[in-house]
Amino acid sequence: MTSVRVAARTRRTPGQRRWPMIIGFLAPALLIYLLFVIYPIAQGIRYSGYDWNGLKPLTDWVGFENFRKIFADSSFIGAMKHNAVILVLSLALQIPFALGLAVLLNQRLRGRAFMRMMFFAPYVVSEVVTAVVWRQLMRPSGFLDHVMSGVGAEGLTQEWLANPRIVLYSVFFVVTWKYFGFHMILLLAGLQQIPAELREAAAIDGATFRQTFRHVTLPLLGPTLRISVFLSIIGSLQLFDLVWVMTGGGPINASNTMATYMIDWGFRRLQIGYASAVSVIVFGISLVVALAYQRWVLRRDVKGALTTMGA
Amino acid sequence: MTAQTRSKPKVVTTGGYDEISSRMTRVLLYLIAFAVLAMIIIPVAFAVLGGFRSMGQLSENPVSLPNPWVFTNYADVLTLGTFWKQFSNSALIAFLTTIFVLPAASLAAFVLSRYSFRGRESIYTLFTFGLLFPVTVAIVPLFVVIRQINLLDNPLGVALPQAAFALPLSIVIMRPFFRSIPAELEEAAAIDGCGPFRFYRSIMLPLSRPVLSTIAVIAIVTSWNSFLLPLVVLSDSTGWTLPIGVTNFSTQYTTDTARVLAFTTLSMVPALLFYLVAERQIVSGLSAGAVKG
Repeated sequence: MTSVRVAARTRRTPGQRRWPMIIGFLAPALLIYLLFVIYPIAQGIRYSGYDWNGLKPLTDWVGFENFRKIFADSSFIGAMKHNAVILVLSLALQIPFALGLAVLLNQRLRGRAFMRMMFFAPYVVSEVVTAVVWRQLMRPSGFLDHVMSGVGAEGLTQEWLANPRIVLYSVFFVVTWKYFGFHMILLLAGLQQIPAELREAAAIDGATFRQTFRHVTLPLLGPTLRISVFLSIIGSLQLFDLVWVMTGGGPINASNTMATYMIDWGFRRLQIGYASAVSVIVFGISLVVALAYQRWVLRRDVKGALTTMGA
Repeated sequence: MTAQTRSKPKVVTTGGYDEISSRMTRVLLYLIAFAVLAMIIIPVAFAVLGGFRSMGQLSENPVSLPNPWVFTNYADVLTLGTFWKQFSNSALIAFLTTIFVLPAASLAAFVLSRYSFRGRESIYTLFTFGLLFPVTVAIVPLFVVIRQINLLDNPLGVALPQAAFALPLSIVIMRPFFRSIPAELEEAAAIDGCGPFRFYRSIMLPLSRPVLSTIAVIAIVTSWNSFLLPLVVLSDSTGWTLPIGVTNFSTQYTTDTARVLAFTTLSMVPALLFYLVAERQIVSGLSAGAVKG
């Protein structure tokens, strides 16, 4: 008797009681997500059409004037170039470096677990702390210069953070310091998913380590590598904390990024409309890159494409 | 005899040759690993030891061990009310972020993984879309929204948006885990009269403890380290978190580098200790979440 009634109830659940249940479960997440993520992005698009200091009524509609001004501003173009430099260097140096270390830690080495833990540790240290410490290390006649003159490389010391032609590379170095461990862990996980038999088979067929790496390991690591590259691109486009604290975007804008430029206009000069337009640009670039990357690169992977993850 | 002994070692030598070369590459591998290890440890050690130096030592010889060891920097910071105030602000915000994101993400991931309904994939895609955008991109309009709902200078004004921005990764990590729990379990529970919510709370959540702790750990670390959002939301210095305190301290005491290093070191200790304790969750969560989903 009871079981019949229960069965009837379960059958009814999918039909009538399902929607309130589903909505109830989704509500808390959707509510804060819409309020704090989606709505601000939409509002940002709206504000980008106004000349607005964030306080007065939103009335000075200027159309695309903000965008015109931004693209006419050489320091924004400079900031974009800096993001591009960081991006290219990350892909050309940081990811290969991380890959090399992942391969290294995939060997049977003593203390492998310890090294893995240490290499990942900078990722857990905040960008602010990283920036403050490296600013001290790199200051004129600071630790770095002392070490360099200690090993007789005195002639190579530089104004690491004060020379506009060098500062961006110093920033990139610190970005790598903080983030290579993250990519290394990703790639290491990818390497460990490759069955050892495949490499053994290649070795039995007489392939050298390099050949095996080039023709077996690397292709199979493709999906992980592409995710790593993707995260690196997004991270490079949105770089902020580290630069803001370490150099403030200076000297003379030489290490500005799009995000530091945006914060400078938004919160120092209180041009909320103008800064929103900058954020729309950063948002747009990220979105286009992400969609293009997903369309042309990630699509090749059976799994791992960002928006179909888990499907 | 001689020829024999010679020919015998020869075979061994070919094997030995490989071994030697592999031993050489192994030495090389260790050298590289140690060089990288040094690159990681030295800056951290510099900060830790720098806190034990006097200003004079720091400018004259920042490389060797402190001589003599100076304890006043750390002592000063630790007796400083502001440090502990900022410490507890950071802890409170990390705690709030976590207790917001855990139920919100797990409830959503639960229905997104175990029920099929119209629009499910669109909602899931809407959440994954947030993976592309850390808070930086939305910060200017987000500030306006937080001001509109009167949460400026309020821990909730940091914790709620942080929870919202943590949802995408959390849901992406949880969904496959929830999916892997057999449907028979739910059917059996339903026959015993267990509704969806009770199933979620009494069966799903206890089974999902590993993934929940991963989400919690990520939320705590991210919140502890977050800078931009608290920077724009918390203008009153009594509400500041440690990252803001560190930057402010380092601009306020530009000349007293040793003290800045002591403050900085003390602010990173909790994160590093936490990492030592929860390394597995942090590593697996941050990497697997990004790859697998």
